[in-house]
Amino acid sequence: MIWSIYLGVVVQGVLTGLVYGLMALGLSVIFGVVRVVNFAHGEFAVVAMYAAFLLFHTLGLDPLVTMLPIAATFFLVGFLLQATLINSFVGRSEHEQFILLVGIAIVILNGLLMLFGPDARPANLPYAFDSYAVGPLFIDKVRIYSAVAALAIAATLFCFFRYTATGTAIRACADNLTGAAVVGLNVKRLYAITFGVGLACVGAAGALMVTIADAAPTLGPAYTLLAFIIVIVGGLGSMAGALVGGVLIGVSEALAGFIIQPSMKSMFSFALLIAVLVLRPRGLLGRRA
Amino acid sequence: MIELWRGLEPRARGLIAMLLVALAAAPLAVDRYLISVLTLVLYFAYVGQAWNLMMGYAGQLSLGHALYVGLGAYVAALLWVHFGIGPWLGVFAAVLLAMVFGAVVGWLGFRFGVEGVYFALLTIAAAEFTRIAFDNIGFTGGSGGLFLPYQQERLGEWWNLRGGQLLFYYVALALAAAGVVVAAKLSRSRLGYQWLAVREDEIAARSLGINAFRAKMTAVLVSSGMTAVGGVFYAFYYNNLFPAQVFDIERSIELILGPIVGGLGTVFGPVVGAFILTPLGEGLIALTSRLGIDAPGAKAVFYGLTLIAIICARPNGVWPWLARVLGLKERSP
Repeated sequence: MIWSIYLGVVVQGVLTGLVYGLMALGLSVIFGVVRVVNFAHGEFAVVAMYAAFLLFHTLGLDPLVTMLPIAATFFLVGFLLQATLINSFVGRSEHEQFILLVGIAIVILNGLLMLFGPDARPANLPYAFDSYAVGPLFIDKVRIYSAVAALAIAATLFCFFRYTATGTAIRACADNLTGAAVVGLNVKRLYAITFGVGLACVGAAGALMVTIADAAPTLGPAYTLLAFIIVIVGGLGSMAGALVGGVLIGVSEALAGFIIQPSMKSMFSFALLIAVLVLRPRGLLGRRA
Repeated sequence: MIELWRGLEPRARGLIAMLLVALAAAPLAVDRYLISVLTLVLYFAYVGQAWNLMMGYAGQLSLGHALYVGLGAYVAALLWVHFGIGPWLGVFAAVLLAMVFGAVVGWLGFRFGVEGVYFALLTIAAAEFTRIAFDNIGFTGGSGGLFLPYQQERLGEWWNLRGGQLLFYYVALALAAAGVVVAAKLSRSRLGYQWLAVREDEIAARSLGINAFRAKMTAVLVSSGMTAVGGVFYAFYYNNLFPAQVFDIERSIELILGPIVGGLGTVFGPVVGAFILTPLGEGLIALTSRLGIDAPGAKAVFYGLTLIAIICARPNGVWPWLARVLGLKERSP
């Protein structure tokens, strides 16, 4: 029954990919609206991983529960960061924004290193090794839970942007900045909210990630790159694109890791990134720039 | 070169001459440790200069210059380890291969209109792709690394870059000085002005008859070739190469911080940036260990905070401001 093994790998990839997708969604929202590339994205994800890890180990709270307060805290952090520091960099040249965010990334990464040391911290959830038997497949419980949670958050976000006044205003800023300012929208405040929402996505995704991966400071740059790849492949500014990109990368990594060797798995992601950049720069589901 | 020198105002000539003499005489005055720090400063001034030609002048943001450092380092090291070909010859092969890779990245980017942040991502992807590939190539030592053997009897062969700290110091000084001359020369050439035109407004430049594609390609080729020379230096200075180290995105970032902090698109920006950042990093190591903060990462936290402070205070870089303070008129390119 060789096909069922492959199918199992693909299913695991899809489930992991949805969590990746949620993380990338944050990057996509921030870049799509504020036009600032968050080079500290993966570092924020790792902070959330450590937060979830600590809450689980000291208070015994499940990451699936603490995900919500972590996301809320991250919203605040993002709001304040944008309001105090990043707003003055909006519209400036890319390399200035780059230095600012790389500076933030360096501080976060090494702050974690100081606090927790370089070793990976496994969360050891009690149900980490449980799985559901679906036909011939065995699927990890944690992956199903976190994928469902990721989808739920993405759906909430979609509703926020589609149906609330604030969400509509943010979309207006993204579509036509001058127009938005002319009709009297407080662009800076909306930017701060957007950055907050973007970081809330990362916060939730990081908390979920702790159920499938061990927290380690060095994951930061790797997750930043991962989020970039997903967003570009899926299409910048497309919410569905981020999730589809996440699933695509999740599956390709799982398959490459299984068929060839784990150390080469991200090579395919980078090859995919190059191909998409060159052949379809708008991404698979991207709208016209 | 004489023309360049004549074009400078007397004050600038004096300062440059003093700096050169001070650097050349530095080994007489300071200890081994400081010389090793200065070697690093000069190395970063050189590779920063190479990157600055592409970003500062031609406006093409590359976040994957570790690719060219790594290729240069690996080619020269492999030729030396496997075939006994010295770096004085190997450097040509290194430059050639780096330029081929640069040409591929540039062609993909410019031919298909990948611009700005997207181009930067393309360069990151190329560097990371190569890093993982090198991790899995047996001939280059794979992820286990490539080591240049220590041979006591060859230590005097300066043409093969076998020697002590002083040799590397003067090589780095020569590279940095040559980098400044090349940048100054190019920035006043026809090509340099074409780069500036493309950077400022590509459509306008093309409508004036500038071949923007060719201008950008030459920028990538010059920059990747120059960076590869830095890679050869890196290989023989450190004597060990790991794909996870040389090709890492952190190397690319480290390399471009200097020119940005110093001042993009200026001849002395990369030099000033290197003189600020490398000693800052080293100073922070000393400071944190004296304060008793031994935790790994303590130094880098301060480094990151300083970066944020510098970019908030001097978004155009330190050099344009410093030039004013020193009473120099840096010409706008």
